[in-house]
Parts: sequence; structure tokens; C-alpha cells
Amino acid sequence: MTPKSQRLTLALLALAAIVAAVLLAMSAMKDQAAFFYTPSDAQRQGLPLGKAVRLGGMVEAGSVRRAPDGVTVRFVVTDGKATTPVTFAGITPDLFREKSGVVAEGQFQPDGRFVATNLLAKHDEKYMPPEMAGKLHESRSLKP
Amino acid sequence: MIAESGLAALWLAAMLAGLQLLLGVLALRRKDAAGEQAMAAIGPVAIVQGALVAIAMASLIAVFVGTDLSVKLVAENSHSAKPWIYKFAGAWGNHEGSMLLWVTILGAGGALVAWKERALDRATHVATLAAQGAIALGFYAFLLFASNPFARLNPAAVEGQGLNPLLQDPGLAFHPSTLYAGYVGLSVAFSFAVGALVTGQVGPVFARAMRPWVLGAWVLLTIGITAGSYWAYYELGWGGWWFWDPVENASLMPWLAATALLHSVNVLAARDGLRAWTVMLAVVAFSMSMIGTFLVRSGILTSVHAFAVDPRRGAFILGLLGLYIGGALALFGARIGQVRAGRSFAFVSREGGLVVNNLLLSVILGIVLIGTLYPLVAAGFGVRLSVGPPFFQAAAGPIALALVAVMAVGPALRWRRDQAEAVLIRMLWPLVAAAGTFALLLTLAGRMSILSLLGLSFGIGLIVASVLPVTRRNWRRTPLPIWGMVVAHVGMGVSMVGMACDSAFTAERLVALYPGQATIVGPWRVQLDRIYPNVGPNWSALEARLTATRDGDGATLRPQQRFFTDPPTTTSESAIATRWDGQLYTVLGQQDAATGRWQLRLWWKPFVTLIWLGGVLIALGGALALFGRWFKGWQQRRREALWG
Repeated sequence: MTPKSQRLTLALLALAAIVAAVLLAMSAMKDQAAFFYTPSDAQRQGLPLGKAVRLGGMVEAGSVRRAPDGVTVRFVVTDGKATTPVTFAGITPDLFREKSGVVAEGQFQPDGRFVATNLLAKHDEKYMPPEMAGKLHESRSLKP
Repeated sequence: MIAESGLAALWLAAMLAGLQLLLGVLALRRKDAAGEQAMAAIGPVAIVQGALVAIAMASLIAVFVGTDLSVKLVAENSHSAKPWIYKFAGAWGNHEGSMLLWVTILGAGGALVAWKERALDRATHVATLAAQGAIALGFYAFLLFASNPFARLNPAAVEGQGLNPLLQDPGLAFHPSTLYAGYVGLSVAFSFAVGALVTGQVGPVFARAMRPWVLGAWVLLTIGITAGSYWAYYELGWGGWWFWDPVENASLMPWLAATALLHSVNVLAARDGLRAWTVMLAVVAFSMSMIGTFLVRSGILTSVHAFAVDPRRGAFILGLLGLYIGGALALFGARIGQVRAGRSFAFVSREGGLVVNNLLLSVILGIVLIGTLYPLVAAGFGVRLSVGPPFFQAAAGPIALALVAVMAVGPALRWRRDQAEAVLIRMLWPLVAAAGTFALLLTLAGRMSILSLLGLSFGIGLIVASVLPVTRRNWRRTPLPIWGMVVAHVGMGVSMVGMACDSAFTAERLVALYPGQATIVGPWRVQLDRIYPNVGPNWSALEARLTATRDGDGATLRPQQRFFTDPPTTTSESAIATRWDGQLYTVLGQQDAATGRWQLRLWWKPFVTLIWLGGVLIALGGALALFGRWFKGWQQRRREALWG
């Protein structure tokens, strides 16, 4: 192969690699773009069962209950229009409190509850997960 | 006064950066005496510029250490009762200070190029310094017009607002400065590429001049990422070591590009191949560090690292980003036709392996870039969505495994041309090791996820493959850069084994205990002895004493709930016991109001330390290669001096 045609081959390969990256990313994104849900999203689109997703909203006033085992906490996430009950076994983040924002990672259950494996940790006034910055996620974030 | 002199030094440095750019243009345009004078002047100007910006940085550190509360930045980010080390490091624990640190390291890099760089031809050297001046100029403008670190506060504050407690950690002194030095090393590589494009001198000489900068940047980025990952692991108290947070990605992307560049620059230096590709990668690598800076500093993301939400700054950095990347790409497009094609090679060869390595790295880079930027672009169209760890794992995981396979085979390949069958025979032992591990894990630990199973087998195979190149050599005569490659590749394998072990074998326990009660996690029995108050320089805490035991081994751990008053915050301080085969990680939670029990979260993480040990090995490998080349050059210069 002459150097010139080899250079062309390399350029084509690089182009193919970039296209592959985009395609791969897009196909993974199709599964994962619907990653952040508000209670209204879940109500409107049905529950994404068996998928790890994030649920975001406000902790409803007066809804936090601690279970007798001392480690499980139940609360209700609201976005003003709809609500989702959440169960979380773990240490709640320092700023977890009623009427403040929360992002829970976990899975929806068939009965509509959300079982969280992680409440997005450690947000103080300077650190918040990106979704919580400014106002909450728009409910129209997930067009079907 | 200190603040004013700092500001004055900053203005002067900015003007010199402009002068540096002008002199460079003049020197390259004019072939007469004026051009000659400009050429001679540009080096000293770069050195003085570096000295002036260092004075500005020193002034900022001085006002922070002295807690001068009439400076707005100090009042907003410091506090008189803060420990000394955090007053010092707090100078760059905020937006303005960190940008000043950025440009200070940039100035130092430029001065070093002016003073020490001998390998480049003169015209390329001048073009390189002019490009450095242009980059610095943009950042000076950003500091002076959009984020002046020396702005006064009138009247002065009575007390400062304090530093975010999460950042009150020795890692802060270290982590951003290493990352920035890495970014700046890439900016030097970028300037070299611009210089070489302007003069058309893309070849082995250019590659050899650029290589130490790329190597150095890569080593620093590796250290910065490793340290950042360990910081997140012990400080955030969630037991994880990588979150795919956009800010983490911002440091990973330049590292991926620098890794690709590091390998392609070797092809250019040794075999005079991949000319255009290497120049392109230098442009991409610097673009990635600019995008990283943009993501972290624009306030477009809110994160541990993003200190201020200010759209004007975001627009400013975005403008700079467009200017630099767009300019470099335009220059690339206009000039690359004049760069002759390099030498060709067979597909099955060391060069071929490195090309595949580069392509795979580029694909991973593309995936991380898309995953990081897509939510921002979508937000621009009014759609808010998030991309999380499952996306990155699903999309980048398989490519990373393929990359590891190429990493294992690559060093066994010969330059120019090789035989596929011979390569296969050389790869026998690594294949046996990987397959053996796979079979063993399948029979002994059947419930592992496929990714950890493959990760562990590939990691072991990679370690075996990586040491092969030195097994048949005379060790004392093996050049240091070869050792560097071996150590870095082994480090990658070690890291992978650590990651796979962490995700496959971690035992977790979450309990609520009364003092005196105990629980089991993995092989450990952990007892909560008592809870008591503790105080530090600017915090008070509730501390738990835990006694952990397993056959013949014991440890005392003291995790804390720490309360800060300025600003009012609570943080959990994890306590970790490190053993040769893993770490016991403990976090103290809240007290259960109803029963008075205390929440404890415990993890036993077998071999998790290998993740960062691998990172350290990777950086060490790079350092060995760098030192080896430097030492060889030094020897050569000495010999020339002796024999004329």
C-alpha cells in the first residue's frame, strides 16, 4: 500500500470508529435516556419495570416514616401533580429532609412503589446532582 | 496592597502574553532584522510572563493565608478559624482562584518551553511559543474581565463564609493542581502541533520534542484521576469509586485522548508514521481539556467542583473553546495537505496494533463525550434528561474489554511487519492464564456478573501478557521506556482486577445497633462500642468507636458525623481499615429517634485497593519512560560535550 492510500484507509477507519461510537452511544442511550422520572412521568408513561432509573422530586411534608428495623425509611416523592411512595434502606444523605428535593436511584415495583438503592448523596447548598440544580426536571422531559 | 500588586502582575502578564503572540507572528512573517529580533525576544518574554503570573498566584495565596477579608473572594470562601493548610489550598478551592492556578501553570509551562526546549527547529519553537501566548491571552481576558480574583469588598467582611467542608481535605491541596498541570502539558503539546502545522515540520523530530510533554501530562492526569477517585471513595462515604459524574468525565476525556496521543506519538517518533493523525490527536487532547475546564468552570453543571452558576462565564469559556478548537481545526484543515504522508506499514505489526488501540480509545472517548454532553445539548432544546452509569457501562464496557485485548497483544508485535501465527504462539501464556481464570471463576463463584467475570480474566491475562516482553531480555540492558510500558500495562491489569473484585465480591451490611451490639460483614465481626462527642479546629462531631475482628486480626475504626458551622453543614467521615486482601469501610448514620439505635453502613471490599494501586503503577510506568528518555538525552549531551 502506498503511504497516500494508507492514509486514506486510516482516515476512513477513524471515521468508521466515530460512527461506531455514535451508533453505540445512541443505542445505549435509547435504553437509558429515559433514566430520570418524576412521579408524573411514571404516571403518564407507565412504570419502567425491571430497569434501574432515577426518580426525582420533593419529599412530601409529613411523609417520612422510619421502619422498626432502624434502617429503612419510607417517604413520598411529589412533583406537585403526582406522587410516588419510596422505600429506602440505608443512611439518608445529610440534607435529606421534608419539603426539600431528592433524587432516588432504584427500581419501580409493580404496585407503583419505588425501591431506592441510593439517595443521591451529599448535596449541600453548593453541591447538588445536576438534575436538582435550578428547578426540578420538567415533566415533559420524556416524550415517548 | 498585596491584592493590588497581584492584580497589577496579572495585567502585566496578560500584556506580555499579547506581546508574545505578536512577536511570534512578526518573527514568522518577516525574514529581515526585525524578524530576527522578534525571534530572539520571544523566549525571554515567555519567561517573564511566567514569572509575573506566578507573582499573581503567590499574592492570592498570601491574601488567603492572611485571611484578608477585604478581598471578596477570601470573604466568600475562607474563614479565620480554618486550619492553615486549607487557607493555603483554599486559594484555589474556588472558581477564580482555580482559574488563576490554571493560567499560572500554563505560564510556567510556556516559560519552561522557552527556556529548556532544544529539540525543535527554531521556527517551530517560535510558533509554539506564539500559540502558548494566544492560549494564555484568552484565559487572562477571562480572569480580568469575568472573574477577577482580587476584587475588593467594601466594607470588608467581619468574618468569612468558610470553605465547603467537603473540600476541607488534604486531597484539595493536591488534586486540582495535578490535574491542571496535566491539562497544561496537553496545551503545550497542542502548541507544538500548531507550531508544526504553521511551519510544516511534522516528523520524528517534532514527535520526540512533543513526547515528554505528552508523557508528563499523561502521568499527572493519571495521578489526578487516581487521587480524585480515592478522594470520592473515602470522603463522600457512599462506598463507590467512580460515579460517571460529568466532572469526573471531564478529567477522563483528556486522559483518554492523551493515552491515544502517547501511543501515536511513539509511532511517529520511531517509525515516522501516523503524521496527520498525531497532530489531530494533539488538537483533540487539548480540546478535551478545554471542554473539561468549560464543563467544570462554567457553572453549566452543579457539582462538588462547580462553584458558581454564572452564565456569563459559561459563555466566555464557550467562546474561548470555540475560538481555540475552531482555529486549530481550521489550521489543521488548511495546512495538513502540505504535511507529507509518513511511512506505511503492514496491518499485522506494532504500528497496526497501535492504530487499533487509537481507534478503540477514540470510540470510548466518543461515547463518554456523547454521554456527558448530550444532556447539556438536550437542555438547550428545553429537554432535561440524565445519562447515568448504566449508559456508560453498557456502551463503553465492551469496547474497554476489546482495548484490553489489544493492549495485551500490542507489545508482542514487531514493528513494520509480523506473522499472525507467530503472534498467536507468543500469546499462548496470557491466553492460558485468562482462560484458566475464567474457568476457575465459573466453577468456584458461579454467580458473578459477566462483566466482572470477563474483567477479572482479561485483567489477569493482561498482567501475564504485559510482563512477557521483559522475560526474554537481559534486564539490565532493557531500556527504561520499555520497563515503563511494562509497568503501566501491568498497572492497567491490576486496576481491572481491582474493579472486577470490587463489583463481584463486595459484602455490604446496613444495620441499626445499640452500643455494645455487633454485626457480621464478610469475614468481619464489627461491634459498636460507644458513641461520643469529638471536636476539631472548626467542627464538632459525633464519633463511633467500632471494634472489628476476624480470626487473629483486629482493628478499631472511628467513623464520624461531623458538623460545621461556617457554612452550616453535616458531613459523614468514613473510617477505613486496610488489609492486604481488601478494605473494611464503615460509615456512621443517624440515630433512630424512636429506639435510640445508631445506623451503621459497613462494606467489606476484597482487593478494592488494587484499583488505585493500578493507577499508581500506570503513573509510575509513565514516569519511568519519561525519566529514561530524559536520562538518555542527558547522557548523549554529555558525551557530545566531552567528545565535541
